[in-house]
Amino acid sequence: MSTPKIRIRGLSKAFGSKVVLDGIDLDVETGTSMVIIGGSGSGKSVLLRCILGLIQPDAGTIEIDGENILTASRSRQEAIRRQIGMLFQNAALFDSMSVADNIAFGLRAKHSDRDGPVPSRAKARELAGGILQQVGLDPSVGQLSPSELSGGMQKRVGLARAIAGQPNILFFDEPTTGLDPIMGAVIDGLIVDCVQKLGSTAIAITHDMASAQRIGNKAAMLYHGKLVWQGLAADLMHSGNAMVDQFTHGRREGPITMELRK
Amino acid sequence: MNAVLDPIAALGRAVLGLVRQSGALAMFALEALSHLVRPPFYWRIFLSTLIETGFFSLPVVALTALFSGAVIALQSYVGFGQYHVQSAIAGIVVLAVTRELGPVLAGLMVAGRVGAAMSAQIGTMRVTDQIDALTTLSTNPMKYLVTPRLLAGTIALPCLVIVADVLGVLGGFTVSVAKLGFSPSTYITATLDSLKTIDVVVGLVKAAVFGFLIALLGCYHGYNSRGGAEGVGSATTAAVVGASILLLLFDYLLTDLFFSQ
Repeated sequence: MSTPKIRIRGLSKAFGSKVVLDGIDLDVETGTSMVIIGGSGSGKSVLLRCILGLIQPDAGTIEIDGENILTASRSRQEAIRRQIGMLFQNAALFDSMSVADNIAFGLRAKHSDRDGPVPSRAKARELAGGILQQVGLDPSVGQLSPSELSGGMQKRVGLARAIAGQPNILFFDEPTTGLDPIMGAVIDGLIVDCVQKLGSTAIAITHDMASAQRIGNKAAMLYHGKLVWQGLAADLMHSGNAMVDQFTHGRREGPITMELRK
Repeated sequence: MNAVLDPIAALGRAVLGLVRQSGALAMFALEALSHLVRPPFYWRIFLSTLIETGFFSLPVVALTALFSGAVIALQSYVGFGQYHVQSAIAGIVVLAVTRELGPVLAGLMVAGRVGAAMSAQIGTMRVTDQIDALTTLSTNPMKYLVTPRLLAGTIALPCLVIVADVLGVLGGFTVSVAKLGFSPSTYITATLDSLKTIDVVVGLVKAAVFGFLIALLGCYHGYNSRGGAEGVGSATTAAVVGASILLLLFDYLLTDLFFSQ
């Protein structure tokens, strides 16, 4: 049996007395698109941020290609994470730069030594035009600033920046949040195309069931920091798991209870 | 019992908070400085901050210095008239401007203008995930955002203070000659006789320290801001207030260090 691209064991994280991740075990095989669903505050974003190194977990291991990134040297961690691209929920484009510069930044920052010399800023800007076309935008959009773009265009540019360095792992944090259903479907289509073209392994977290089924071939559900279900994304709407069924069908009654803060 | 202990407990918490904050600020500064000697260095960010701080702050610093020099000359003339020592005005103006008013007023103007802008910009980047995005793009945010700004602030403020010194003396000269009837050559001679190299050098050293502190507080509060627009607003206020207080504190300490006999 081959080593999973991403293997997580016993991952735990608490903020004060609030346990956000509680002993997560998860394998993501190479080439798989894993969708993680779950309610707000279930720990989905924290899980991604732990893998990305933005949050230090309290316990557990995170292996990428069999190497535990939590115990690796700093330079090794940077090298491993250089192969990860991330699309943030709000795209997180650098508003002090033009669209082309955002993509050129991603291209230059993710460039590794084995790919040859780092492209010049001018060359990277030139290449940015081609990457914009890959996400369905005209290269002339590169001259605009992020604030001049619609939400859907910002997501596309965020995706362009994420794929600029041709990462072999891609993370998507709520990729369709805030978009109308048609634009959401367009973004999902672009994500699937990019993942297939790059041959990447992907993890997406989402509340959007339609999006989850379009993007993913595997799925998992988090509830109160625990992984309560794993299976095929195609089975999401008829998983046989009471929690997943309640969540995917949006029922008020069921095992999932909404916490009200006092 | 509580009436006695509660204020002491509150004082203890405040002191502990201050110590914790000072330690965090010192660690932040050390980490940022450590990136000065570890490549890459982001020259474009450094140069743009240098221009933003040094060049675009010139009008406000120049006006402040010009009028401050003029006001000192006027005030001194009125006050010194009682003792018939108006001839000391040129010396008072040049010493006050080079030793104190140049660096302090320029520092306060830059704290309000540039420190606030740094805090707001970095704070907005924090709450919109742009700083996390930098990390995911294999770019150390401290190295990219903080280190170039600290260096630019440290270099830009002394340059501004040189301009402030010249214009402050010019303000005093203009009022003294045009309004108070001093002879231009007498005034210039008195100015040059009063001025020592150490006065200018200490003023520039102060300016470098103030520039560093303004950039440090702006970056620190922006980098650690939380909670959306309100958090960024609070961080900006804290950056300006904190920089102004530290600037005055260090002004005293440096004056004591260089001039107390």
